[in-house]
Amino acid sequence: MTDYFWLIPFIPALSTLILVLFGQKLPKKYVSFQACFAVFASFAISVISFIGLLQTSHEHLPIIKNLFSWIHAGSFQADLALQLDPLSSIMTLVVTGVGFLIHVYSVGYMADDEGYTRYFTYLNLFTFAMLILVMGSNLVVMFVGWEGVGLCSYLLIGFWFDKHSAANAGKKAFIVNRIGDAAFLLGIFFIFTHIGSGEFSVINAAIGGGAITQGLATLIAILLFVGATGKSAQIPLYIWLPDAMEGPTPVSALIHAATMVTAGVYMVARMNVLFTFSGSANSLVAIIGAVTAVFAATMALTQNDIKRVLAYSTISQIGYMFIGCGVGAYAAGMFHLFTHAFFKSLLFLAAGSVIHALSGELNMQKMGGLRKYLPLTYPTFLIGAIAIAGIPFLSGFFSKDAILTSAYANGQYLVWALGIFCAVLTAFYMFRLIFLTFFGNERLEPEAKKHLHESPPAMTIPLVLLAFFSIVAGYVGLPVVVGKDLNFFGRFLEPVIHQAHEVHLSLGTEWMLILISIAVAVTGIFIAWVFYIKNPKIPKNIVARFPGLYKLLYNKYYVDEIYNTLFVNSTIKGSEIVYDHFDLKVIDGVVNGSAKTTNFFGKVLSYFQTGYIKDYALIFLLGVILLLGYLLF
Amino acid sequence: MIPLNYFLVLSIILFALGAIAFFVKRDLITQFMAIEIMFNAANLAFLAFAKSAGSLDGQIIVFFVITVAAAEAAVGLAIILLIFRQKKTIKSEDIKLMKG
Repeated sequence: MTDYFWLIPFIPALSTLILVLFGQKLPKKYVSFQACFAVFASFAISVISFIGLLQTSHEHLPIIKNLFSWIHAGSFQADLALQLDPLSSIMTLVVTGVGFLIHVYSVGYMADDEGYTRYFTYLNLFTFAMLILVMGSNLVVMFVGWEGVGLCSYLLIGFWFDKHSAANAGKKAFIVNRIGDAAFLLGIFFIFTHIGSGEFSVINAAIGGGAITQGLATLIAILLFVGATGKSAQIPLYIWLPDAMEGPTPVSALIHAATMVTAGVYMVARMNVLFTFSGSANSLVAIIGAVTAVFAATMALTQNDIKRVLAYSTISQIGYMFIGCGVGAYAAGMFHLFTHAFFKSLLFLAAGSVIHALSGELNMQKMGGLRKYLPLTYPTFLIGAIAIAGIPFLSGFFSKDAILTSAYANGQYLVWALGIFCAVLTAFYMFRLIFLTFFGNERLEPEAKKHLHESPPAMTIPLVLLAFFSIVAGYVGLPVVVGKDLNFFGRFLEPVIHQAHEVHLSLGTEWMLILISIAVAVTGIFIAWVFYIKNPKIPKNIVARFPGLYKLLYNKYYVDEIYNTLFVNSTIKGSEIVYDHFDLKVIDGVVNGSAKTTNFFGKVLSYFQTGYIKDYALIFLLGVILLLGYLLF
Repeated sequence: MIPLNYFLVLSIILFALGAIAFFVKRDLITQFMAIEIMFNAANLAFLAFAKSAGSLDGQIIVFFVITVAAAEAAVGLAIILLIFRQKKTIKSEDIKLMKG
């Protein structure tokens, strides 16, 4: 049943090709059908392969399909090879499953857009690149996908490129990712030079066999992780993600919440042997993850743009995933990636539905009381918010709890405390969003109110399905307090995750940790309720009492401004200096100088060319006489 | 039997006449004729050597030279004709397109 798994990425690729070549001539209805069907077909093969994988014994993993030998130079070899193992199988299911729902949603959301065909071409191309990323069996193929999703992200953020801010946001995302990619590439080169292969299985075996020292492993792991901070929007390279919200909302849901931004987490989980071997790199991952989680959550507290709140929330949640990976609980990190894909894309799509209903309004201060106008969007949004806040029995609770428990079990109490603090903030800002949007007074613009309507079925059906998965997705990874060996997710990933040692807590401690995380989630929601429903004056009073803190948060810690001064402006200034003094003088001097020298010698030599036939004949004659003289004497 | 040197001296005289004519004369037709004289001076030398050495090789080369000279005459005259049509002159001093 796994024979045809290598077709998964190529169906969207074929669809992209058709849309690129004939898209402009095809009718809109056919375009939507083909784009959605391609992803659905991939999803169907993913499901079949997944079932096949469940029946395959561990010794036969991973299943590798070598399509052709791609680069073969000296002792270095890289094949275009795809692999199917539990990790890539989960990722293909998420990418194609959530991707399909978002494709369907897009049919409704983008219905009136001029660039309809272009949009679906990009979206299919993205699906292809993402699948290559997660299915590549070596670092080279993975890097192709890694760059491919970066390109699609750029294209889709700048989809409405006639809007200045969107074009700039696309550029920013691309450049910031470039910085991370440079480090990522360096890490790959180190692996090539010291291990001699990019194949994951070879790398894992080599590290197990002691091919590299721990110091080198740390260096490589940190370089790879810098790449991950770019792609997955962590400190210090997170700044592009909030701006990426300039793209269409389904794109934010697919690329900037569910799939692409989690590529860094996938990469760390894929290279788990390296990270575990290094040890100190792992601690760095955990600390960066924890700090990012809290840092981004505080920024989400004061934002008024509904999509930006969700963007900061995404950064914060990916921080959680990195905490999981960093404390050695890769399965828990991947589990949070899995559940997050559902509830975060649900939140984004529901926010898109709100924006659609209000004819493009993004400011939450101009919403309010939408509960009764959006009978389907409201409950689905609420389910997403409860799931992310970590209320029991929904998916987010199980995965977040798995991560925090692992952090505690591994003795990383600071990381655990930051995670708990972040959980309060998460619950608070999510319910602030809910209360501002759906409760309270209506603060709508009169123009927007006239067109207020619930979204078409193409948009609401994906919402309902995603809400369903946001509830049930957590039940594949139940915590140990419910019963032993109920963590199917963790057991499924075992062949890929080579855990060094597992720490077991007593059942009592586990219960205590669970109760603490429930308590903080409820506290967060309660504070939000007091602030925005019971006594809406409190937020204003707090702002009045701490104007400095509020300004700091509202302006996102001025990080953009600091980066602008430190890096962007200094680069521009430096470039100008180099242009004036080096380009204009040295380079232009050398180029023009060589032309002038050639010209000069040409002039001198041209005096020998008189053009008179007799002069040539004379020289000819003299030459013959000289030659004869030489031969005779 | 006339000795070989006689032929060679005549050949040198003919060649020198041709060369001097080429450098002294100004119109292309005369210069062209001077070239033909130099050709035939060379032919004469070939024939003289062939006769004295008793071999046919030199005579065969002369046939080739005559044939090539005929072709060269046709091409050369055509070129001169075209130059005249373009420049309305066949004075070699007036033609210096290749001046650097």
